[in-house]
Amino acid sequence: MAHDAREDTVHVEFTLNGKVVSVEAQPADRLLDTIRYGLALPGTKEGCGEGECGSCTVLLDGLPANSCLVPTYQVRGRTVETVESLSEEDVAPLLRTGATQCGACTPGVVMTATWIRRHPEVLEAQGIRALMAGNLCRCTGYDGIVEGVEALVARETGG
Amino acid sequence: MRVLMPDTLEEAYGMLAAEPLTPVAGGTDLLAHWPGNHDARKRAYLDLSGVSGLRFMHWGDEALTLGGLTTYSDVIWDSRVVEEFPLLADAGGQVGSIQIQARGTWAGNIANGSPAADGVPVLMAYDAVVVLGSEEGDQEVLLADFYLGYKKMRLRAHQLIRAIRLPRREYDFQRFVKVGARNAQAITKIGVALTRSEERWRVVVNSMAPTVRRCPALEAMLDEDRPVSGPEDLLTAIREDLAPIDDIRSTAAYREKTLARVLYFDLKGVCPSFA
Repeated sequence: MAHDAREDTVHVEFTLNGKVVSVEAQPADRLLDTIRYGLALPGTKEGCGEGECGSCTVLLDGLPANSCLVPTYQVRGRTVETVESLSEEDVAPLLRTGATQCGACTPGVVMTATWIRRHPEVLEAQGIRALMAGNLCRCTGYDGIVEGVEALVARETGG
Repeated sequence: MRVLMPDTLEEAYGMLAAEPLTPVAGGTDLLAHWPGNHDARKRAYLDLSGVSGLRFMHWGDEALTLGGLTTYSDVIWDSRVVEEFPLLADAGGQVGSIQIQARGTWAGNIANGSPAADGVPVLMAYDAVVVLGSEEGDQEVLLADFYLGYKKMRLRAHQLIRAIRLPRREYDFQRFVKVGARNAQAITKIGVALTRSEERWRVVVNSMAPTVRRCPALEAMLDEDRPVSGPEDLLTAIREDLAPIDDIRSTAAYREKTLARVLYFDLKGVCPSFA
């Protein structure tokens, strides 16, 4: 990205996938770009760039957020988790149910799914389809995603 | 582009008093289409995210107060708020998606001034008071009196929305209805928040005028129990209160007719004057 040399950079220190990292960000940088290009973790994808598709979903202080809508300067002192933090075991149920096909939405889908897995109590208020409505998928027809999240939660809660 | 990052409200007030700055809370409105938004990338910003003591929910005897950085998620997942102010959860849960709800703030929704804001109608239907802070002290404005025109509001350049206060009352009817192209991630074509407390109605509509606004003609019809025998009986009052337009999301005609039907069928069985 082109940067105006006259702009002051912002020193941003935060926890990324369990490790403290620090970057000199431009004020206009989005968290998405900092993760992908500044910190070389390209698992997080850019889809629409306007907070609609959910491909760029990361967990910010434990909650799913669109990293395309987060200014990098806002994550100073905070905790960010990306798809790279997950193990194969973490996503295994989603692979078995056909929750992924082309893969563009997948990094975001699995981060939202991870949040639901950690907080199954949210399912008392809203269904999986409603909670996953911010992750658009153009391949699977969603059934595989919903079944995968169900399997993930069931494994966690022993249900 | 420059960004100033205060740690305290006092610092933030001082920075705002010194030069024109655009406050940033959750950033969800600001950063949509960001890479191509060259004008926005030339401005100077005041990042509120590091300001301590601005994200809270405080229950007093008389009122619930939300902080200037309180998010939709903070409210939606709080069982006490859901019980006493259910419309906040209804409307907050229909803003974008959970990803947006985790970042977007109620105060940001007010200050962004969109006529389609989904958080504003329910706050207005609860008679919310906006607390504007600055170096000169606090100023309080009833949210229903806050908007002056499209994106124009009683918020001066050196002021911040510090808090939002909701009076605690008994309501015997409360409902929020959003009509959009789909359930999630849709900008509202027509939205309406309805409350009734101590025999007085509040009818607040979004996406049908240059601002979110209360509807005095409709409220008077309900308060006075005027007979309504079908949706068409509401159209005169709707046209008096609102000024819908044709735009990319809907048409003025659709908006008027659909609002009339939503109101009629939601209130039939609630209002004895509705046949």
